[in-house]
Amino acid sequence: MTATTTPIKKPVKRARPGQSSPKLAYLPIIFLAFAIGVPLLIIVVYSFLEKPSQGTGVKWVFTTENYKALFIQEKLDGTTAFDTRYIKVLWTSFYYSLITTVVTLVLSIPVAMWIATREARKRTLLVALVTLPFWISILIRTYGMRQIIADEGPIGKFLGLFDISWSILYSPPATILGLIYVFLPFMILPIYASAERFDFRLAEAAYDLGAKRMTVVRRVILPSIRPGIISGVALVFIPALGSFLQSDMLGGGKTNMVANVIANNFGQARNWPFGSALAVLLIILTLLFVLIIQGIAQRRGDKVELV
Amino acid sequence: MSTAKAPSAKRGKLVNLRNFPGFTSTSWFVMFFLYIPLLYVVIYSFNSSRIGSIWKSFSVKWYGKVLENTDIQRALKNSIEVGFAATILSTVLAVMAALGLLRMQRAGKAVAMALIGAPLIIAEIVLAVGTLGLFIAVGVPLGKVGLIVAHTAFCIPFALLPIRARLSQLDMAPFEAASDLGANERQILRRITLPLLSPAIVAGALLAFAISIDDFITSFFVAGPGSTTLPVYIFGMIRSTVTPEVNAISTLLLLFSGIVLLGSYLIQRKRR
Repeated sequence: MTATTTPIKKPVKRARPGQSSPKLAYLPIIFLAFAIGVPLLIIVVYSFLEKPSQGTGVKWVFTTENYKALFIQEKLDGTTAFDTRYIKVLWTSFYYSLITTVVTLVLSIPVAMWIATREARKRTLLVALVTLPFWISILIRTYGMRQIIADEGPIGKFLGLFDISWSILYSPPATILGLIYVFLPFMILPIYASAERFDFRLAEAAYDLGAKRMTVVRRVILPSIRPGIISGVALVFIPALGSFLQSDMLGGGKTNMVANVIANNFGQARNWPFGSALAVLLIILTLLFVLIIQGIAQRRGDKVELV
Repeated sequence: MSTAKAPSAKRGKLVNLRNFPGFTSTSWFVMFFLYIPLLYVVIYSFNSSRIGSIWKSFSVKWYGKVLENTDIQRALKNSIEVGFAATILSTVLAVMAALGLLRMQRAGKAVAMALIGAPLIIAEIVLAVGTLGLFIAVGVPLGKVGLIVAHTAFCIPFALLPIRARLSQLDMAPFEAASDLGANERQILRRITLPLLSPAIVAGALLAFAISIDDFITSFFVAGPGSTTLPVYIFGMIRSTVTPEVNAISTLLLLFSGIVLLGSYLIQRKRR
């Protein structure tokens, strides 16, 4: 995927292919400045504008009300009260992403180690099986999960045989399950990439020197696959935080994550400036998380490139 | 776990490193977990019953319905048109960026990499609504042109990935030989750089195409009523009613992704 983790190497001066002129990069940069840079700038600008009294869009009047509205609710009689609704939305997004990250991590370490210790032929097949979901639309994967966990789906039918009622669709656990399902391969693959490079003779040496199994895991194996873990955490947590489809299709609108609220403000609620303020907050949280991950990686001496 | 064991017993465990307790069962569980929802979609696409969750009998009638549905045909056509255009544009721009960045100054490179990497880090919903704002502000009509611009932007980092990886592994000897023999920049680019990069360019293009075809959120906001793409159409279908037709389209899309993946695998294997 998109994050690579390599041990820090001294930069080596080398000849460059073709000695192409840096001017070649101007066109892509100008295009991206227009198609990525300007939209981000627009979101920041819109977040400081007023919403028009009618219709969609913005009114070009400067205001900080949108940010205040994230925390303070103005009542009809003019009094104000602390508003926890949007803090809850942000907390929900953070909390779901955290659970997703922890569960995928706990599942992925055994899977990655298991794949890494298979024979070469089997390993190729298993890696292909884990990679395949990358190529499959998240919409379809989420839709498949919805049918599996539906009340009258296979799990519900099976539990019905024992008179156990099953009803998790359109609830927070369904959203979290969907997030785990969709992002699991993002955790397995980078950890596998680290585990594959692990020299298993080190573990043997530790055994020979009398280390117990858990000690080998904690002191020898985990530190070796740490770069993969750091990449995996970033690759799962970041997209989970901004995810839209899982809470929309599985949470049934009851468990709004921040992306759903942003989408709603640009859709039915028709409050672009407020949606923009939420989007700015989401960008800030994401960048904060990137900085934390990079800080951890740097302190540990791993080089984590998220781009 | 037993603690007091003779050294020989400990040596015995060494062989067991490959069979760590729980690793095999967890792995099997995860594989099933990853594939059962997809298998369910595929199997139930052949269900003749109108009610999705009750199996009646084997039938391909939903495929017939999908193929007859002109809305689906139109959405598929839009998806493929946008996908092709975005793939070509993003791949060309990614090659230019990859080569140009090699000799760019540190500051310029940092700005460029931030712009290229933004779609990987910033939530798609944010870029989607920002792009909507941009198109409305500039007066780009919501439709295919806008879709192609937006898709090209977020496909560039994916197209760039294999190209950059390949560039960093290239053997420098041919380049040095060529410039020693008096080849100019253009000749080196056309006769050496591009041919050597071609497997990575193809891999990047396939990745870009897969990303574009699967995109939902950006397309949802930018497509406008006339140029609905297939994922946006499917989303609408899933929302309004549960029809077994969706299972059939999904299976066709799965098949399509499988073919693209197999293609990229074969291309890369042949090159190796």
